[in-house]
Amino acid sequence: MSGRGKARAGAGSARAERAPARRRDRRIGKAAVPYLLGLPSWVYLLLFFLVPLASMLALSAAVGDPIVGYSYGGHFAEFLDAIGQYHRQLLRSFYYGALATLVTLAIAYPAAYWIAFHGGRHKSTYLFLIMLPFFVSFVIRTVAWQFILADQGFLFGQLKSWGLISDRFYILSTQWAVIGGLVYNGLAYYVLPLYVAIEKIDRRVVRAAGDLYADPASTFLRVILPLSAPGVFAGFLLVFVTDVGDFVNAQILGGPGTYMVGNVIQDSFFVNQDYPMAAALSSILMFLLMVAIFLYARAFGRERIQEYAA
Amino acid sequence: MAAQLDMPPDMPPAADPMARGARPDRAGSREHLDVRLDGVTKAYGHLVAVDDISLTIERGEFFSLLGPSGCGKSTTLSMIGGFAEPTYGAIYLNGVDVSRQPPYRRDVNTVFQSYALFPHLDVYENVAFGLKRKHVDRKAIERRVRDMLALVDLTGFHDRRPAQLSGGQQQRVALARALVNRPKLLLLDEPLGALDLKLRKQMQLELKRIQSEVGITFLYVTHDQEEAMVMSDRLAVMAGGRIEQVGPPDVVYDSPATEFVAGFLGASNLMAGEVVERGGALARVRLDDGLVVQVARGRLGDRGPRVKVGVRPEKIQVLPAGQPVPEGRNSLEAVVAMTAYIGVSHQYTMEGPDGRSFSAYAQNLGTGPHPARGDRVRLCWHPEHTFVVEPSAPRAAEESSA
Ligand SMILES: Nc1ncnc2c1ncn2[C@@H]1O[C@H](COP(=O)(O)OP(=O)(O)O)[C@@H](O)[C@H]1O
Ligand SMILES: [Mg+2]
Repeated sequence: MSGRGKARAGAGSARAERAPARRRDRRIGKAAVPYLLGLPSWVYLLLFFLVPLASMLALSAAVGDPIVGYSYGGHFAEFLDAIGQYHRQLLRSFYYGALATLVTLAIAYPAAYWIAFHGGRHKSTYLFLIMLPFFVSFVIRTVAWQFILADQGFLFGQLKSWGLISDRFYILSTQWAVIGGLVYNGLAYYVLPLYVAIEKIDRRVVRAAGDLYADPASTFLRVILPLSAPGVFAGFLLVFVTDVGDFVNAQILGGPGTYMVGNVIQDSFFVNQDYPMAAALSSILMFLLMVAIFLYARAFGRERIQEYAA
Repeated sequence: MAAQLDMPPDMPPAADPMARGARPDRAGSREHLDVRLDGVTKAYGHLVAVDDISLTIERGEFFSLLGPSGCGKSTTLSMIGGFAEPTYGAIYLNGVDVSRQPPYRRDVNTVFQSYALFPHLDVYENVAFGLKRKHVDRKAIERRVRDMLALVDLTGFHDRRPAQLSGGQQQRVALARALVNRPKLLLLDEPLGALDLKLRKQMQLELKRIQSEVGITFLYVTHDQEEAMVMSDRLAVMAGGRIEQVGPPDVVYDSPATEFVAGFLGASNLMAGEVVERGGALARVRLDDGLVVQVARGRLGDRGPRVKVGVRPEKIQVLPAGQPVPEGRNSLEAVVAMTAYIGVSHQYTMEGPDGRSFSAYAQNLGTGPHPARGDRVRLCWHPEHTFVVEPSAPRAAEESSA
């Protein structure tokens, strides 16, 4: 598909060069080039985003089951059901997601800052070290944490045998384990955009702040932080959206009391095979995320974001 | 410029205007002392970027550091601004040793070559930045920023972001942003380097006007000798991390202290020779090709016996070969090798005895024909216009050829 798109784009520009006399035609050809070049992405979006999205939305308003079949129609009761039954998990997802993203930011920013400003010649080594755990499968990594955090595992087991912590102490299946897992798994996705944004800051501008009586603290607050805002913004979106929809951390590190909406959706699909319910929950999640992102972009100024990015 | 008259630029001691590194000793009058560098050295590993510089700059002075690229001008400026610490030596501002003070504690502001404006702030906020950090009260900030933007002719641009300004406008924002803090000293590192020639000439005059209006000491770095001459009350010529000469532009131009200065600041004809007679009002130097040149005794100083004598091209009179030479002039025969007409003057390149090349500029005053290529001519110049320098150490020679 994408091959054909490119070929057509090429043909468009070749024709434009061949016929200088047909001015008008040429202009149209030229104007079309960007769209033709964009064709593969449009096709991709249509095929892998819009079609599944539409089928999900249709499914969420359907009744039936996989054996009997579905009748599609305005069965919006599924949405009310979904909210009625699972609003706690929905809220929890946003709460965990927001908290985990903020903690990730708090850890990722100093790391990215340090690498960008003080990494010297070894910047790429440090970035590689941050990326290193991510070459291992997501699930394996999380299971490793399950081992580490196990109530009688080598960490807490040892501490308990030394009497350093109470025998009843545990962390697995609490919200802290889930949030911790989310933070851990999201870290690299926050460090990278932050690093890119901070690295891009002109050191001469930082120097100018010092020249203009800004001590290190206000240099950071007035210059470095605002100039790294695109990274903070981009990373927040990336990490927050994945965290809110996550189900692996809650499943492996959490317990029934820490179920997130992702777990409910997964159960609806694979355990209960209640596809309309799963689809309705997914639609609600998507809608809420879009509202959240919209409000977030409004609050933090899209216009500024675009400006720096340029 | 006129306002500068009440602050006379400080002249080197009259007795020996050519003294290398001549600098006034005003240690007694703290009042006038603004910036003092005392044996300042900066080494980066084995590379000595700035080598034992001592310098005093008076309050209200427009002072330039002039030198070829890589001679240590920016490094000197960064040390005064507080961005680099001297390896040896000390920097005094108003008599206080600030060598180890961070930049934000120094009463010094900088106009960076790249301008380094804050891209996320508009013009107003850029200019207000320093005042806000100093917690000046709001009303005063507003008034001072508005006045400063008016001074640099940017009223009406308050809301623009740096990216929406032309190079010249950005330059003026950078200037306003620094000046609005009323620093004791303003450092300017090739601030006009990024502008085109016409705008640069215009900004030179503008800077000079603003400086005399605000009365702040300007320390200006440039590699453009004309720029330094046009703007400065005094200048220091640097080469290889050292100061070659300090003085007002006309003194440095007319009496270069070293071969390097003679070559870097304007063009000059230099001839190697040996001092053969020192007595009397005129000393005599025998050039290597046998010709004897007279030099005003005061200009020889205690140099010698090996020296180089020099004369600026515009000080040379070009006469037709047969014509009698005015009394008491130095003169030699030459053949015109090349002429160039540049409107206000003719520039001649001539071949003297020994195949040595000479250049001379003549204003187009006369009505007769000008010497043409191949003509035999007689060159003459006044002994007072003859300067003497020590033959350059190899280091300076390297610098000038670089
Ligand atoms: N941070 C630095 N590290 C190493 N060498 C430097 C550094 N800054 C400047 N230099 C060297 O010091 C010398 C003087 O540089 P600089 O002061 O920038 O010269 P200028 O401004 O006169 O062109 C140059 O040879 C330059 O390469
Ligand atoms: Mg420089």
